[in-house]
Amino acid sequence: MKIYVSRDMASVALGADDVAQAFADAGCEVIRTGSRGLFSIEPLVEVETADGRIGYGPVGPWDVAAVLDGSHPNRLGAVDQLSFFAGQQRFTFARCGMIDPLSLTDYAAQDGWKGLDAARAMAPQAVVDAVKASGLRGRGGAGFPTGIKWQTVLDAPGTQKYIVCNADEGDSGTFADRMLMEGDPYCLIEGMAIAAHAVGAHHGYIYIRSEYPFAIYTMRLAIERSAHRIAPFTLEVREGAGAYVCGEETALLDSIEGKRGQVRAKPPLPALKGLFGQPTVINNVLSLAAVPFILAEGADAYAAVGFGRSRGTMPVQLAGNVRHGGLYEIGFGITLGELVNDIGGGTANGRPVRAVQVGGPLGAYFPPSMFHLPFDYESFAAAGGLIGHAGITVFDDSVDMAHMARFAMEFCAAESCGKCTPCRIGSTRGVEIVDRIMAARPTPPSVMPARAGISLAEGGAEEKGDPSVRWDDGVLGKALYSRSPSRIDSSLDAQTTLLRDLCDTMKYGSLCALGGFTPYPVLSALDYFPEDFGASPSPNLAPLKEAAE
Amino acid sequence: MEEFIEGWTARHGATRDQLLPLLHAVQEEAGYVQDALVPVIARALNLSRADVHGVVTFYHDFRRTPAGRHVVKLCRAESCQARGGAAIEAAAAQRLGVAMGETRSDGAVSLEPVYCLGLCAVGPNALVDGRPMARIDTAALDRIAAEVAA
Repeated sequence: MKIYVSRDMASVALGADDVAQAFADAGCEVIRTGSRGLFSIEPLVEVETADGRIGYGPVGPWDVAAVLDGSHPNRLGAVDQLSFFAGQQRFTFARCGMIDPLSLTDYAAQDGWKGLDAARAMAPQAVVDAVKASGLRGRGGAGFPTGIKWQTVLDAPGTQKYIVCNADEGDSGTFADRMLMEGDPYCLIEGMAIAAHAVGAHHGYIYIRSEYPFAIYTMRLAIERSAHRIAPFTLEVREGAGAYVCGEETALLDSIEGKRGQVRAKPPLPALKGLFGQPTVINNVLSLAAVPFILAEGADAYAAVGFGRSRGTMPVQLAGNVRHGGLYEIGFGITLGELVNDIGGGTANGRPVRAVQVGGPLGAYFPPSMFHLPFDYESFAAAGGLIGHAGITVFDDSVDMAHMARFAMEFCAAESCGKCTPCRIGSTRGVEIVDRIMAARPTPPSVMPARAGISLAEGGAEEKGDPSVRWDDGVLGKALYSRSPSRIDSSLDAQTTLLRDLCDTMKYGSLCALGGFTPYPVLSALDYFPEDFGASPSPNLAPLKEAAE
Repeated sequence: MEEFIEGWTARHGATRDQLLPLLHAVQEEAGYVQDALVPVIARALNLSRADVHGVVTFYHDFRRTPAGRHVVKLCRAESCQARGGAAIEAAAAQRLGVAMGETRSDGAVSLEPVYCLGLCAVGPNALVDGRPMARIDTAALDRIAAEVAA
């Protein structure tokens, strides 16, 4: 009997290897696939029957007999008929979870290489035109039109050009790149080969973060096996080394060159002077993986789906405290509320949703009152956020938003490349300011007493200062900025003003998105959840000031 | 290790862009990148010692001291926090008897932070000696602690 079990890293983390082994021991032919993308039913096994593939999940290795005789209570029926899958528009992830990711036969049988064959029958300019017409925009988060980037590289003089795939998917709450590389690696390879044909490149790199060992393994094998199919184009995998900032395109290029992953000032654009100083296409995994569909099915088929200036589909990732977490590919325009409540099913533990962070550690926190927002680049930008790589992290009502704001600054401090001052120094100052706010605020109702591992009052000590300096000594006694901690006005009002001021400096003064976007989670937390910063509902600051002293 | 580095560069080339792959290979082979190897690596790739030192210290992955016999990498990022990660982090430090970011004095285990393993719907997550584990709870921590003690 033929059994399908995922070998995706998330499925394996949930025990899929043991399940696969148990079925193999029972004499079944086990085929390891990528993940379908719904993790509440993993480990999932699918049994091939006369009526198609029938899913059971979650199951353990002890469930073999009940699955094989069809009596298992977690029988799901045909997996693609489940409501989580029935509403999706799977353009990029059509094969993920269906096929053996490393089987060239499976890939070719499921429309694989159609896009590359179509592209190679076209002139490079025609391929670039098709990508432009599709409306595809950079799926890494910036949303820059992919076709225009390719045009710049195509027009750039030079014989040595490169295709670089940014697979440094460091944003928490995102895993679409990983799932695609583990579940359908040839799709990415095909997209890169199409890009190479379009701009005249001969060699490409896939930069994968070291936290993704399964993806690195799968991509390396897939490149080896498909080398004949993409020749004369050649590809290699480069492994990251734990630096989040290398997800920024110019830092990534420096990292491939063997340097510290520091951000480069732009211009020059990587499209003109990129890797090793040569014209370079650098795109996210999802951008490149969308290209085979566009070439195979036509730009119009892709552009027919979407919302406003955001065309095509977005593989949305539902993460954090969410009941039905996973990957949901859908045309732009679906609302945030539909994604979180209808598809995600609210929180995993049944508590009310208090906040969702969209777009990773640099994305804004939104309360349920913003759930009407349609998922597209412009709507989120207008609301003071970003869709980023389309990860949505759900938090229940126990979240302390001041702590999350502090974490955003702490993360920026840990991961800053150090090249520009607002990011390098500002992030550390930001942690200190949030610490002062947390020390001065009344305990918000959302903060549980046993919130382990978080230092709530670390910054409190330094404000005690010189007892002879009184806060009502006039302007000198209330400095917003001072080298002497005893003279800093540590009132909530003053510190909140200072935090906003710092965010302004970071936003407009940083070289790249790390320092420039860290203010998004901080400011959105301040704006939407002021009560966690002691600001309201009753901003009775006078007694607090005394408490701080 | 000098021989290893020589052999590696003979196979993979000695251009500057091979620095990260070489550092990964050295760490894989020796467990960490000893400071004494920095001049050797610099010579092999025709770089300055400062250059190599700068790269080794920039990237979180590269160790300059040996890790514990077992390495537990626990995710600290937002999606795992949303699923109780902070409490699990404190409990892990307590059960394993080592602070986050440190190696236990008997060298049995290192507890290290990692920022996202891409398993964000099934956290809190960890990599235990390279093996991914999801939905870490106190029972899972007990199993990890037992593994470390064995």
